Amino acid sequence: MNAKIKETLLNPIFKGNPITVLVLGICSSLAVTVTLKGALVMSLSVIVVTGVSSLILSLLRNTIPSRVRIIVQLVVVAMMVILVDQVLKSFEATYAIDKQLSVYIGLIITNCIVMGRIEAFALGNKPWPSTLDGIANGAGYGLILIVVAFFRELLGSGTLFGFDILNRFGYVTNNLVILPPFALILLGCIVWLQRSIQKDLQEK
Amino acid sequence: MEYLSLFVKSIFVDNMIFAYFLGMCSFLAVSKNVKTAAGLGVAVIFVLLATLPLNYLLNEYVLKPGALSWLGEGFAEVDLSFLSFIIFIAVIAAFVQIVEMVVEKFSPTLYSSLGIFLPLIAVNCAILGGSLFMQQKDFANIGEAAVYSLGSGIGWFLAIVSLAAIREKMSYSNVPPALKGLGITFITVGLMGLAFMTFMGISL
Repeated sequence: MNAKIKETLLNPIFKGNPITVLVLGICSSLAVTVTLKGALVMSLSVIVVTGVSSLILSLLRNTIPSRVRIIVQLVVVAMMVILVDQVLKSFEATYAIDKQLSVYIGLIITNCIVMGRIEAFALGNKPWPSTLDGIANGAGYGLILIVVAFFRELLGSGTLFGFDILNRFGYVTNNLVILPPFALILLGCIVWLQRSIQKDLQEK
Repeated sequence: MEYLSLFVKSIFVDNMIFAYFLGMCSFLAVSKNVKTAAGLGVAVIFVLLATLPLNYLLNEYVLKPGALSWLGEGFAEVDLSFLSFIIFIAVIAAFVQIVEMVVEKFSPTLYSSLGIFLPLIAVNCAILGGSLFMQQKDFANIGEAAVYSLGSGIGWFLAIVSLAAIREKMSYSNVPPALKGLGITFITVGLMGLAFMTFMGISL
């Protein structure tokens, strides 16, 4: 593994994280973080969609006229999302999660991470690095999702992946954590932590 | 009366931003001052109001299970609902493109104030989200779909204008350097969301 590929893979996880640094894809990310299971399925779906659509568009990059590229990108991404949605619907174990995620699976289409990485990376790079870039950005997104979901499920329901953790010690569940605004406050704290460590990200 | 209840509910209770986090990317990026925020808000209301009823008709007469029965007996069983993501996003992207061209041709002043936001809107989750929620809520007629789209658009407008106003004032405050910018904005939106929760349970 050479240095450039390593950089492509590792940069989006922490230093250039799509959510906390680039501020992309917050739209659909916060509503799915009530349970860890939902967050995990959502992250995997996003990784598949970003990886494969980056690959396809990178293969097509020399044949798409730049005037119509947005609509071509949307069609490819929408096709991938339909595939993911149909796969989730077709297994009994994931069907319930698909119902729980409701419209947010569909909203991966307009998730800015997918379009943003295609515009910024896949249209100007060879297929293999583009695929890695897509997967790594999906993973960076998934990491934040899972951290947020970990705290929300643990404090809100006292469980992790549905297994009882805190309730047996007489923990009284905190309903505030389940409510949507808390996800934003938690995300604000993650950004705060990251920027305290990486001083160069701080805004003037 | 039903319309009024739906209207108020879609503005305050089911607020696109505070209850569902839809359209968060442009919400955070374009809320630095009130004037541009209002411009984007108006553009969102307009595009939602136009595309949502259109998608309602498509859903009702093409996509729903059995929707094609007006074509003849043989089509009564056809279920095209798996195509809804791609159809909805195509309608939205095409509509935004057309509006952009028309506005540019006939009203250069409106174009210069609204035009830059239009391409942003094609990938705004609030627009696609509106259509997907419409499909989920299964409205009885096109009037309800139109009222819902107007209400959610106004809700989004209110949210972005009030956040922009708060951020304008906040630029004079002494925020810890690591929290400046993105971090404090997340926390502010979270607190605004908590305030909006007070509208929960209102029904007319």
